[in-house]
Amino acid sequence: MDVFEKLKILTDGAKYDVACTSSGVDRKASPGGIGSSEACGICHSFAGDGRCISLLKVLMSNACVYDCQYCVNRRSNDTPRATFTPRELAELTINFYRRNYIEGLFLSSGVVKNPDYTCEQMIEALRLLREEYRFSGYIHAKAIPGADSALLSRLGLLADRMSVNIELPSQASLKLLAPDKTKHSILAPMGFIQSGIRENSTDIVRYRHAPKFVPAGQSTQMIIGATPETDYQILNLTESLYKKYTLKRVFFSAYMPVADNPLLPAPATKPPLLREHRLYQADWLLRFYGFTAGELLDERHQSFNQYIDPKCNWALNHMQYYPMEVNRAPYEDLLRVPGIGVNSAKRIITARRMGSLDFTALKKLGVVLKRAQYFILCNGRTTEGLKISQDAVLRAMMSEKELGMYYHNMPLHDEPEQLSMFAPPPLTQEDIQKCLTGQI
Amino acid sequence: MLNRADLVYEYDGSFHGLMCCVFESYVYQEIPADILSPDTEQTTLLQRRVIVTDEQKAERVLASIPKTMGGEVLDFVWRAYLTCIERKELYILLFLRLGFTHGRRVMNMLADDVVHTLTQAVRHLDREAHLLKGFIRFSITNGALLAEIDPKNSVLPVLVQHFCERYPEERFLIYDKTHAMALAYEPHRPVIFPLEALEQPEPDEEELAFRRLWQLFYDTIEVKGRHNPKCRMTHMPKRYWGNMTEFNRPSSIKQNTRAAEPEKLLLSDTLETIKGGQFHAEG
Repeated sequence: MDVFEKLKILTDGAKYDVACTSSGVDRKASPGGIGSSEACGICHSFAGDGRCISLLKVLMSNACVYDCQYCVNRRSNDTPRATFTPRELAELTINFYRRNYIEGLFLSSGVVKNPDYTCEQMIEALRLLREEYRFSGYIHAKAIPGADSALLSRLGLLADRMSVNIELPSQASLKLLAPDKTKHSILAPMGFIQSGIRENSTDIVRYRHAPKFVPAGQSTQMIIGATPETDYQILNLTESLYKKYTLKRVFFSAYMPVADNPLLPAPATKPPLLREHRLYQADWLLRFYGFTAGELLDERHQSFNQYIDPKCNWALNHMQYYPMEVNRAPYEDLLRVPGIGVNSAKRIITARRMGSLDFTALKKLGVVLKRAQYFILCNGRTTEGLKISQDAVLRAMMSEKELGMYYHNMPLHDEPEQLSMFAPPPLTQEDIQKCLTGQI
Repeated sequence: MLNRADLVYEYDGSFHGLMCCVFESYVYQEIPADILSPDTEQTTLLQRRVIVTDEQKAERVLASIPKTMGGEVLDFVWRAYLTCIERKELYILLFLRLGFTHGRRVMNMLADDVVHTLTQAVRHLDREAHLLKGFIRFSITNGALLAEIDPKNSVLPVLVQHFCERYPEERFLIYDKTHAMALAYEPHRPVIFPLEALEQPEPDEEELAFRRLWQLFYDTIEVKGRHNPKCRMTHMPKRYWGNMTEFNRPSSIKQNTRAAEPEKLLLSDTLETIKGGQFHAEG
């Protein structure tokens, strides 16, 4: 089998893995070596599905002994099998890297023979890259659940980031669909990597040249929509993963039907992309906006609103905090205004030191006034001529796509134009909340 | 202070030349209507004054910027000079005049028109340079790495450090077609110089093989059930595609047909997909 065929098979087997980020480490090439890394990460291309291509994402092998029902590489699937030799993989990586096709390598693998053997093969490929080719580019390695911890720590010293996939958001689903994996077999390596990072950080303080263990931290991913867990359960799980295992990222992957199995959604089912999108929005709110999972969803509201993003949804349900005076509100509060993001909030803080801000100034700072205007005041005033009508607020809070969906699914009885022309009772702030949350 | 609507400066297009314009503006207590470089050839009825580049004057301005406004502003002004906005010279002059008045606080005046315009322009430059760090594609002939780009801003000076740190032992050349400039590097010495044209040598077998491998990888990594060309275009605008290996396949017809898919059809497809997902989420 030539390298073309292998690359095709082993890329095909790896493509459902979501993480392709190359962020978290700043490093330049070692003397006589090749490769550097930037903390912000660099995308080298974007595939036809719009996902970033940063790393050469391949499997070491897809000849897996496990039989996870949701996975294309499961033992019982009739698909061509291939395995890279460590040397082939290292050469391919270096040659792609020299041409600036990639930022580094993302190496995962099906379980060949047993977890230890698989892990040894991966270690050999990474060792060749790091030691023989003196490669300082980015490497993301997947921890193979069940592999010996000595092997995992060897892998961790060669890689920048490691990840263990949670796969499914609950133990029950795992038991049903991935009989060879248990919650424990997944969480154990995760905990091991975490303690490795922690110990290493004290070593680095003591010895400046201590080898770095997983310097870019660890991440995980789970499949959305293959099993019945609600958004609420998933978001809570995500939050506790960040807290307990100090993960850098949790990725979500809308389930693409790969098997005809009564336990799984039918092969014709479309992947729940919108749901995945909402989860990522909420994930951002957890990591950068100071929200907690409990604020976004609760026992009674287990799913995200499909028409409105989680931040707008929260704002509309908490109108008592608005309108907010932009010239005085602290950073944490500004972050809770729809239309103000991390960057524009920081710019507001900087710019208002030089004098009070008006709406024109806010526009220059990158605030999306279309949304923000319903929630803010500049020097005690709203924007000039602001009319609060149901239709206007709806339009402002939804993207074009969401609006299209909304009108398609629940056509308004009155024409929106008529609403504002012939029946113009101006809505109060409380009414906005009602018309959006009550009706939808 | 005199706003001279009837006067334009002409300088030699160099950064030091521009600093001499700033010097001139302070000597005569005047602000010209525009500052023209040799690249912006245009007929004007206004009075022209040629500003001769004098290293000493330039050095005086350059030394005073970090002193009054901080080193960060010097870097900012240098980047602003590399951008592609119209009348950048005049904006830089106005910005520096603001800076000499307000000191380091000038960087906080984000709501000011001049500061805002330059900040936007520099952000555009930084973004373009960042994207190119990923989108640049080298071809390897006789062990040397060759790449072509056509950026809007003069990104080469911004890219030097990144590529030197990445390929310290390689020999490489990045050719900027738009500005007819090239960045050449051999261990451990980078140079940027004007270059009218670059003849790319014919790729050898090995180079062709790796190009095909990369194209194979590019096609395979896409999850076809999530095809979303609009999203790809947002992240990677089409103007970069011309120099990228994955889109340059002269022999392949398949690629062309895919690029020519009607946009409307795809949009509705995306909508369908999303709706499908939403039903799924409920069920």
